[in-house]
Amino acid sequence: MKYIDDFRQRELALGILGKIREISSRKANVMEICGTHTHSISRYGIRDSLPPNIRLISGPGCPVCVTSANDVNRIIAFVRKERNVIVATFGDMLRVPGSGSTLQEEKARGSDIRVVYSPLDALDMAASNPGKEVVFYAVGFETTAPTVAATVLSAAEDGVKNLSVLSLHKLTPPAMKALLDGGDVEIDGFICPGHVTAVIGAGAYGFLSTRYGAPCVVAGFEPLDALLGLHMLIRQIEEGRSEIEIEYGRVVTWEGNVRAQGIINEVFEPADSVWRGIGTIPSSGLKIRDAYGRFDAEKKFQMDAGADVEPAGCMCGSVLKGLITPDGCPLFAAACTPADPVGPCMVSSEGTCAAFYKYRKVVA
Amino acid sequence: MCLGIPCRIIEIKGLKAKVDLAGVKKDISLRLLDGARLGDYVIVHAGFAIERLDEEKAARTISMIEEVIG
Ligand code: SF4
Repeated sequence: MKYIDDFRQRELALGILGKIREISSRKANVMEICGTHTHSISRYGIRDSLPPNIRLISGPGCPVCVTSANDVNRIIAFVRKERNVIVATFGDMLRVPGSGSTLQEEKARGSDIRVVYSPLDALDMAASNPGKEVVFYAVGFETTAPTVAATVLSAAEDGVKNLSVLSLHKLTPPAMKALLDGGDVEIDGFICPGHVTAVIGAGAYGFLSTRYGAPCVVAGFEPLDALLGLHMLIRQIEEGRSEIEIEYGRVVTWEGNVRAQGIINEVFEPADSVWRGIGTIPSSGLKIRDAYGRFDAEKKFQMDAGADVEPAGCMCGSVLKGLITPDGCPLFAAACTPADPVGPCMVSSEGTCAAFYKYRKVVA
Repeated sequence: MCLGIPCRIIEIKGLKAKVDLAGVKKDISLRLLDGARLGDYVIVHAGFAIERLDEEKAARTISMIEEVIG
């Protein structure tokens, strides 16, 4: 496949790995902030092929996982109370355990909860169900936010009145800043998410290199992308530089997708947001602007706060901050598996626990 | 949620397009992308093209890798 096979050449992968080993002498804690990186790093066994002084830490890059327990419980309470609504959301959200239930269990009990691939599917659903209210339960980062914003604009243009959005979108750079400010986890550099950066532009990380001295490399998701990205980052760390570099040049630019940014800004404004494991981060979320308030589910409905309780025994919060790897959780691969997940990090394929589980080495 | 795989545009009608992903055809929206053209490869996320792939820069990345390895 074009743009895929070229970036999976084994010989080249081994070649870069060799170079990384050659240039790496210092201790380097490298955080990747994207569930898709977490997945490909595990899938291609990159973590285990690196020298021991390079430690790869997974950050809060899985949208399903960072959604707070409060929000998960809030939507469950909402579908129990409101009977004339259809809740539309991305597939992984159905299995996320709340306190005592999941959306999947509520669906089995008769709530109308539907999985969509695109927010536009929720718009179609609203048009074909005029007697019902459709609520789109929107989680995701800067890649998803413009798709939801564009859907709201379409709904406004089409005069659709029975669609609203519960916006739980999260923004990446404020979370990176919060992790550095928090200081509980040592980070020497970031591998920044390819597709989030396609939207926001690599320039968005400028403050990390200038104010925090944290080197950043924006990388793609194929094995050669991840390895070249790591090589670039390790080289910066070895040479004492802290710059923003782009490995994923075929998709990412410095300014990003200006049109998508404009559509986000038309519909949303930054707001504080609660992240699982990290807590409230200032201006790290997006709420619907007043001009589009009629599409804001929080304005349209009474949505009471849900219980802010983590699933018993689950350490997702520490996993999301990069404080522990999943095998540090006593429930990992024992009580908690993808078939029967205890916490959200085991639900989504972008979740760190799910990635570790899928590609773990089973010792006979 | 994030496919992140390059899809080729095989049909454009206004802001709607059809893409081909290894033989699978999908309808997507072009609302988030300026100036998409037939034959372009795009990254599709949640039913929208969010960015176009740049062939020259892809080739440049491969040469960067070859340079690193030496
Ligand atoms: S293994 Fe399961 S219980 Fe443990 S942190 Fe991960 S999701 Fe939570």
